Amino acid sequence: MNDVYPARSKQVAARMLGGEMMIMSPTDASLFNLNDVGSAIWNAADGRTSLDEIVVRLCDEFEVTPEAARHDAETFVEELAAHGILNLSEQPIVPAASGLQEIK
Amino acid sequence: MTLTATHELAIDIGGMPILVRTDSSEFAALLEDRYGSFIHAPSSDRIFSLDIDLIPPRTILEDEDVSVRMESGRWIITRGDFRSEFDPRSGHGWVRQSANPYSIDGVLRILHSLFLAREGGFLVHAASAVRNGRAFLFAGVSGAGKTTLSRLAPPDAEVLTDEISYVRPATQLQPTEPRPSGSGYEAFGTPFAGELARIGANLRAPLAALYLLVQGPENRIEPVDPAEAARAVLRNILFFAHDEELVGLVFQSVFDFVARVPVQRLVFTPDARVWELIV
Repeated sequence: MNDVYPARSKQVAARMLGGEMMIMSPTDASLFNLNDVGSAIWNAADGRTSLDEIVVRLCDEFEVTPEAARHDAETFVEELAAHGILNLSEQPIVPAASGLQEIK
Repeated sequence: MTLTATHELAIDIGGMPILVRTDSSEFAALLEDRYGSFIHAPSSDRIFSLDIDLIPPRTILEDEDVSVRMESGRWIITRGDFRSEFDPRSGHGWVRQSANPYSIDGVLRILHSLFLAREGGFLVHAASAVRNGRAFLFAGVSGAGKTTLSRLAPPDAEVLTDEISYVRPATQLQPTEPRPSGSGYEAFGTPFAGELARIGANLRAPLAALYLLVQGPENRIEPVDPAEAARAVLRNILFFAHDEELVGLVFQSVFDFVARVPVQRLVFTPDARVWELIV
């Protein structure tokens, strides 16, 4: 996968509850629970931060090799993109995710 | 479409009456029989109305999935056995179906799920009952024990439904009523019955707790962490519309709900002693 800029989609409903980030796909109502790594990717997916940069952050924050972090991050963003939860762009997206309905 | 509406019945579920009009006295009688105490005489405070356009029975594609979509400001609701359109701005719609109770039942469930999405409420796969003036929900998929628990209800418990419960934030329907207290939610009886094959009591009561049903070797109540509670309630929600805004509203309503209503796991063995825990 070439480097991409993931951005949280508009209309996505997300809540942090009991230490878990829960997200529902607006298109097919699929429910996702994100672990710590998934939450870190989700929070970084502002449309301006590249996946390469996100992988570097994951390696700094979690005990994970760059290869494993890259593989996990690619799989994660592709799956969420398939459910309309993330948008993937080859260019930075500005402004990023302005319509996010995140309630904390 | 021109209809000669000669029979009007208000089907009042969850305090939201829907005036149903039909020109068939046989179908009106069928509705009265089906909805029993949920039928009211037509009154001026109705909000919604449905004209029934009866068509001859035909081969029904029973397996056809329900489809609910918004087109030009109207809800288009279809299933193998009916087609319905509803304009949420005017509160008026129609149903084209044969003279059977199942089609109108499906339409009513869907319309109420749409109404409730904007009110912070929802329909959920759960039995419910009122005991000592408080309502309890028992959520679970088919086979979890909703009907079994309903059958075991003691005489002092009024079963609201054994299949589909109706929940929404408490409101003062009349200015003279006391202000809502407790969890801030109410459960309403519904005519949507499961294997019990008996419509629920037409009552409403403050919601005290939601129990996730699990059958086991003994009766006990276990704690459930908030994230599991939200997941479990979301799994059991009835919602049909492919509508991004409403899906988001229902999602947020469930989180608001689990923040205010105690959610616990009820492990039960199918005998009446389980009701000793529901007080």
